[in-house]
Amino acid sequence: MSAFQIVFLLIALLTLFSALMVVFARKTIHSAFWLILALFGVAATFATLAASFFVVIQVAVYIGAIAILIIFTVMLTRRSMEESGDQLLPGWGWAALVVLIVFGGLVFMLLQWQGIFQPPQVLTAGGENLENLGMALVMPDRYVIPFEVASVLLVAAMIGAIYVAGDHKKRS
Amino acid sequence: MLTAWLYVGIFLVVAVLLPAVAIALAGILAPKKSNPIKTSVYECGIEVVGPARVQIKAQYYIYAMVFLVFDVEMVLLFPWAVAFKQLPLFAVFEGILFLLILLGGLFYAWRKGALEWF
Amino acid sequence: MTNWLEDPIRWIAEWLYSVLVGWGILPSVADVILMITGAAILSTLALLWVLFLIWFERKLIGRIQDRFGPNRVGPWGIFQSVADMIKIFTKEYITPQGADKVLYNLAPVLAVASVLLIWAVLPFTRSIMGVNLNVGVVYIVAVGGGGVLAILMAGYASNNKYAFLGASRAVAQLISYEVPMVISLLVPVLLAGSMGLNDIVQAQSVPYLVMAPVAALVFFITSMAETGRAPFDLVEAESELVAGYNTEYSGLKFGMFFVGEFLHSFTAALLFAVLFLGGWRGPFVDQVPLLGLVYLFIKTMVIYFLIILVRASVPRFRIDQMMDLNWKVLTPLSILSFLVTAVIAKVLEGQFLFQVLGLLAGNVILLVLFMEWGERRNKRNRRPMVSQPRPLATPASDETSMAQS
Repeated sequence: MSAFQIVFLLIALLTLFSALMVVFARKTIHSAFWLILALFGVAATFATLAASFFVVIQVAVYIGAIAILIIFTVMLTRRSMEESGDQLLPGWGWAALVVLIVFGGLVFMLLQWQGIFQPPQVLTAGGENLENLGMALVMPDRYVIPFEVASVLLVAAMIGAIYVAGDHKKRS
Repeated sequence: MLTAWLYVGIFLVVAVLLPAVAIALAGILAPKKSNPIKTSVYECGIEVVGPARVQIKAQYYIYAMVFLVFDVEMVLLFPWAVAFKQLPLFAVFEGILFLLILLGGLFYAWRKGALEWF
Repeated sequence: MTNWLEDPIRWIAEWLYSVLVGWGILPSVADVILMITGAAILSTLALLWVLFLIWFERKLIGRIQDRFGPNRVGPWGIFQSVADMIKIFTKEYITPQGADKVLYNLAPVLAVASVLLIWAVLPFTRSIMGVNLNVGVVYIVAVGGGGVLAILMAGYASNNKYAFLGASRAVAQLISYEVPMVISLLVPVLLAGSMGLNDIVQAQSVPYLVMAPVAALVFFITSMAETGRAPFDLVEAESELVAGYNTEYSGLKFGMFFVGEFLHSFTAALLFAVLFLGGWRGPFVDQVPLLGLVYLFIKTMVIYFLIILVRASVPRFRIDQMMDLNWKVLTPLSILSFLVTAVIAKVLEGQFLFQVLGLLAGNVILLVLFMEWGERRNKRNRRPMVSQPRPLATPASDETSMAQS
C-alpha cells in the first residue's frame, strides 16, 4: 500500500467517523461541529484528487458559510444546548438493514461501471481548468442560462430568509 | 498540484501542532491550584443566573443567510474573473447582470429593514 | 544548482535535498522532509515575529498617546514582549465550570492555525513561497472561515454569557465584512486573470492600488474589521462584554487568541501589499531576487503602520453603525467598483496606458459620486433631535426663586 493510499484511507475514515458522530452526538451543537469535521474530510478528499477549486469552495462555502448558518440555527432553537439522551430509536435495527441493502446496491452499481477500476486521471495545469470553467459559465452555447438562473435563485433564497426571519410585527 | 496540496496539508498539521504544543508545554509549567470559586463562571462577581447558552436573535440568521448567498455568488464569479481576459464584451455583461440581480436582492433586504440592527 | 547569492533559500533547500538523497533517503520522502522543515520554520518565524509586532504596536500607540510605551526591558523596551511571553507560560489555566472541554481547548489552537495557514500561500519573493496555489485568493477566504469557527467554539464552550454573546456578535461581524472583502478581492483576480498570489504579483507592472483604488480601500477597511481591531473591536468592548469570546480564557490559551489577532492584522497588511502594492516587485528585483523580500517588508510595514494609526485615532463603532457601514456603504461600493472595473478594463483592453488611466478615473469618479450620494442620504435620514436644546442659563423669574428659597 502506497503512502497515498494510507492518506486516502485516513481521510475516508475521518470523514465516515465524523459523519457517524453527527448522527450519534447527544447535543445538537456537537452534531453541528462534527458535521464541520465531516465536511472538512470531504475537502481533504478533493485535495487528494488535486481538484483545487473544489477544495477551497468546499471549505469556504460549506465550512465557512453553511456550517455557520447551521450553528446559528441551532443556537436559535430552544433547549438545543441540552443533552437529548440516547440517539437510538427502538427500530434502529431495521434502519441499519435498509442502509446495508442500499449500500450493497451502491457497491454493486459501481462495480458495473468500468471507470471504477481505472486510476483517476491527472488534471492538467489547474489554471486552464478554471479559465474553461469561467468561459463555460457565460458562453451562450454553454451554461449561461443556469448561471443567471442561479443568481435569481440566490436572491429568492435571500428574500425567503428575510421573510421567514423578519420581524412581522414591526413591518405591519 | 498534488504536491502543492501535500504542502498545504503538512502546513495544516504544523500550524495546528505548534500552538497545541505550546499550550501543552505551558500546562506543564503552570501551577494547578484549582478551587470551586476560581473555576466558577465569571459574571462580574454576581451569582450566575440561568444557563449561559441563551437563545440568540433571529437577526443573526438573516446575516448568515445573506452572507451565504454572497459566498455562493463568489463561487460562480471567481472562475468568471479568471477567464475575464478571454471573454467577449457581452460575456462580461452577463457576469455584471449576475451581480446586478444580487444587488437587487441586497436593496430588497435594505428596504425591508432586514439589515437594520435593532 | 541555483546561485546561492541570488537565491539563498532555494540554494539551501536544494543543498539539503541533495544531502538527504545522499544518505539513501527516497527522493519522495526527502521532499516531504523538506516540506515539513519549510512549514515548521515559516510558522515558527511567523509566531516569533508576533513578539516584535506587539512591542512595535505598544510603542507606537504609546507615542501617539504621548506616553513612552514599554521602555524598561532591554533597549527601548524591545524585550518587553519576551518577558511577557515567559510570564504567560507560567500562568495557570482556569477552566470554567460546565465548559465543553474539547471545544474549549480546540478553539485557541484553531484561532492561530487559521491565520498561520494563510502564510502557506504568500509569495515572499519570486521564488520563496510555500505554494503558488492556482486558487490562492479563495484559499485565503476559506482559511478565514477557520477563525470564525474558532470564535464560535470559544464562545459556546466557555459556558459564559459574555463569551456567548460576544462570539455571536463577532461572528455576525466577521461574516458580514467578508461579503465586501470577497467582492473587492475579485478585482485583482479580474485584472490579473489568475487567482494565484504569485501570478497576481507578477501581473502588477502597475500596482493595483492605482488601477483599483476603491477596491483597495474596501479591502483595507474590511481586512481591519476581519482582524477585529479597533475601531471594529466590538467583540471585546470592555464596557459591554468584558472581553467577548475569550472572557473565560487564561494563561497561554488566552495568549494564543492574542497572538492570533496580532498575526492576523500583520497578515492582512501583507495581503494588502501582495494584492494591491505589487508584493515583492521593485527596482532591480530581477537581478537580485532577495531584494523582493525587502520591498515586501517595507510595503507591509507601511500598511501595518497605517492600521495601527487608524486603531489609535478612531473611536470604536457602535454595533448598528458598524453593520450599516458594512451593508449600506461597503457592500454596494464594492459591487459598483467591481462593475466599473470590469466594464472599463474590457472596453479599454489592449491599450495598457489608457486602461490604467481609465480605471483610475473611473474609480475616482465612482468614489466621488458615491460619497455625494451618501452625504445626501445622511442629510435625509438625519435623526430628529429628541428635544429642542434649551438655553443653558435662564434668568430665574421671581416666582421660582421665591419657591426655592
